[in-house]
Amino acid sequence: MSITWEPVIGLEIHVQLKTETKMFCRCRNGFGGDPNTQTCPVCLAFPGALPVPNRRAIEETIKLGLALECSIADRAVFHRKNYFYPDLPKAYQISQYDEPLCADGRLVVPTADGEVEIGIVRAHLEEDAAKNVHVAASGRIHGATATLVDFNRGGSPLVEIVTAPNIHSSDVAKRFLQLLRQTVVELGLSEAELDKGSMRFDVNVSVRPLGSDELRTRTELKNMNSFNFAAKGIEREIARQIKIYENGGTVDQETLHFDPTAEESAPMRSKEEAQDYRYFPEPDLVPVHPAPEVIEALRSQIGELPTARIRRIANTLSFYDADVLVTGGLDRLWAAVVDGGADPKEAANVLANSFVASGIDPDAVNPAELTKLVIARSEIPRGVFDEALAKVGEPGFSADPYTAQKAVSDASALEPIIAAIIEANPGQVEQYRGGKQGLLGFFVGQVMKETGGTADARVVSELVREQLGA
Amino acid sequence: MSSGIDTLRLTAEEALALVDSGEVSSAELWQAYRDAINEHDGELHAFLTLVDEPEGNGIPIALKDVISTRGVRTTAASKILENYVPVFDATVAAKCRAAGMTLLGKTNTDEFAMGSSTENSAYGPTHNPWDLTRVPGGSGGGSAAAVSAGLAPWALGSDTGGSVKLPSAFCGNVGLRPTYGTVSRFGVVAFASSLDQVGPVTKNVRDNALLYRIISGRDENDSTTVDVPPVALPEGTDLKGLRIGLPRQLNEVEGIEPGVKAACEAALAKAEELGATVEECDLPLSVEYGLACYYLVAPAEASSNLARYDGVRYGLRSEGADFREMVMHTRHDGFGDEVKRRIMLGTYALSSGYYDAFYASAQKVRTVIKREHDALFERFDVLVSPTCATTAFPLGAKSQDPLAMYLTDVLTIPANMAGLPGLSIPCGLSEGLPVGLQIVGPQFSESTLYRLGHALEQAIGFDVVPERLR
Repeated sequence: MSITWEPVIGLEIHVQLKTETKMFCRCRNGFGGDPNTQTCPVCLAFPGALPVPNRRAIEETIKLGLALECSIADRAVFHRKNYFYPDLPKAYQISQYDEPLCADGRLVVPTADGEVEIGIVRAHLEEDAAKNVHVAASGRIHGATATLVDFNRGGSPLVEIVTAPNIHSSDVAKRFLQLLRQTVVELGLSEAELDKGSMRFDVNVSVRPLGSDELRTRTELKNMNSFNFAAKGIEREIARQIKIYENGGTVDQETLHFDPTAEESAPMRSKEEAQDYRYFPEPDLVPVHPAPEVIEALRSQIGELPTARIRRIANTLSFYDADVLVTGGLDRLWAAVVDGGADPKEAANVLANSFVASGIDPDAVNPAELTKLVIARSEIPRGVFDEALAKVGEPGFSADPYTAQKAVSDASALEPIIAAIIEANPGQVEQYRGGKQGLLGFFVGQVMKETGGTADARVVSELVREQLGA
Repeated sequence: MSSGIDTLRLTAEEALALVDSGEVSSAELWQAYRDAINEHDGELHAFLTLVDEPEGNGIPIALKDVISTRGVRTTAASKILENYVPVFDATVAAKCRAAGMTLLGKTNTDEFAMGSSTENSAYGPTHNPWDLTRVPGGSGGGSAAAVSAGLAPWALGSDTGGSVKLPSAFCGNVGLRPTYGTVSRFGVVAFASSLDQVGPVTKNVRDNALLYRIISGRDENDSTTVDVPPVALPEGTDLKGLRIGLPRQLNEVEGIEPGVKAACEAALAKAEELGATVEECDLPLSVEYGLACYYLVAPAEASSNLARYDGVRYGLRSEGADFREMVMHTRHDGFGDEVKRRIMLGTYALSSGYYDAFYASAQKVRTVIKREHDALFERFDVLVSPTCATTAFPLGAKSQDPLAMYLTDVLTIPANMAGLPGLSIPCGLSEGLPVGLQIVGPQFSESTLYRLGHALEQAIGFDVVPERLR
């Protein structure tokens, strides 16, 4: 009898807050400076330097906690997490341990099969490490010959969000991450860019027989810098663990380094060598007591969150469209275009496909001009529409010159062209008439090419069918 | 003495008056002390670093070498910081600078302020000006010896377990350990963050109050500081209404020297003559557990505070094949035995599996100690005892016996664990060596401590100049 296996997935996400200054000093927080130019005695851990917490970072963490339906602590404490590493100048990270700012929350993830509630164990605030630059040809840790440290990032405020291990598919894990990212971005807390490292995550994976509530040995996946890689890495790890169990083996607790180009994830370090971090309350700081009125003020700044908007928009559109629009940060633009008179489905198609592919910033778009384009889409040549869409984010863009170029739908103009193409392709005509209906597209394409894309494809299609049928 | 300035007897208050009236220039005054240093520091070794070109237009000061001074080497008496020159001033150093004070130099201490005799300095011990064969007490033996021998009109020390109070007692000075949180620790090389506090070392009580006024107050760079009203400068000798408690466990501590007991009793008789009431009381738990508790909390914090000395950014760096080895060699070569002992002790106390039994329990006992003191302060304004059961002991007497050395602080530690202020004043001689009287009060009671200290000082008429230098 074969066992059905259930994956058990937990996520640990780090989000770098985009505050003006670092977590515990007044150095500028952000990317871009030359190495070691955004540093001071505090973030370089000179003797006697002391941390002073960033009020804004504390407030933003509370705001995220509220968005994740967490309870906000009356008293939160910073702890020291002690370990030696060149990117950690104090040899301890100021983090939070058993009294985090936010705990016991949840994020509801809408899926095509209904909603899944993911528990949030905690969201806490800590400081980021500096950046080690390993000097070697491969750029990877293995084989490096020297390590340089850039302390600019060291001490940036970092929120750590830990989910309960109640995610049971790679798809839900991926959707959770996308939704969380969108939530963080909309709250204005972070750019949450995976490629820049302002959002990072680790995944804990184990499997168990379906129906069991045991928690088996888990492995930790690191270094996944895209949501698709995360899904792929999780799938791969689930399959690996199932195979081990089905062959009568046991899974080792270890950390795996995800390499998208390799077939398997390479072990990084075994948890047996796990460090003893010697956590203790940071004596240089006093406990944080968030005032109820501050919490309420922060709560009032939170608008309708992505989950609620997906839920609402899925009443009008498909779940898929609603999900793409909201997690892509396009739903407000979509709503404006629909308000302007465009068809909701048509608007969603344009935004979820062509517009997303264009990479244009939705905030740069004048919705009124985009609305005109969407409404005129079926009446103007495809090439003209694509050209216009590519420019819709430019300052002062007007749709009018494009929408004025109506597609040629006049049969008397198109019929001679069609006749010439039929005549020039006797072989294809014979095949079509012999039953290969798919060749219709070939003829339509030839006509569009001949007319320089100005023909109305729908009309051409009808006319071609008519002539070939004769 | 060419300038006619008697640095042995001149108080800081008198020196200020001389400079303010224009009778003596700031530079002349500084030079007079520098001459005294040149004459006596060869035999005392109170200073680790001398300043050759002072800035400022006020009176001179000497700073314990754990206080960061911009542009002036700050070693904490450790090899690991042998060539470390801070790029910033500690807040207390900046306040002295802002008050116009001219820096004479940096004074000797036990390495990282860990010790009770100044014998743990990596640069050799300081000798007691009253008897060169004896220790000046520690850790701030350099500051105490300098003030006592007329090498500085006043100085700053730092007190974790008694490092201002004890050397002041052994050298016949007035030393204050302020209420925790009233003086900024920013820029003070950390030993144990929840205990460290900078305090003035002076020739008399009024000088002490003057200097405390200058250095105290909230610092936005130190989250643990609070604002306090300026302390009152003591006047007169009336002690009517002052209730003095004599904790038996402190006043009858094992091994108390008869001469010490006699000097303290004589001082208390004077207090009664001046109108104070004196009554015995008990502090059983604080004295029984204070020392043990201190030797868990202080090393634990130290083990983390000293982890930053890794050879990466400043200070000593020893070679090693990789990062780990480089750090190990640097710390092996850079730290002395006592520092290593405390790092190991503290690391152990924080380790997983031992944390609850050691560090967490010690913090709970600390609360018990605080409550026991608070209860006494419902009946008494101050608690009085010897600062130490003995007078200054011979160099080398305890350096091979860490426990005997630790016991030197048994009378100063309880109040420190409770965060309370304590003033040590000289109250007489025992076999030719100064005896210190410790006056402890509730939080923020510095004015009361100064009132009693000043009255006794007037009544006792102790001659602060070492007999061999008169």
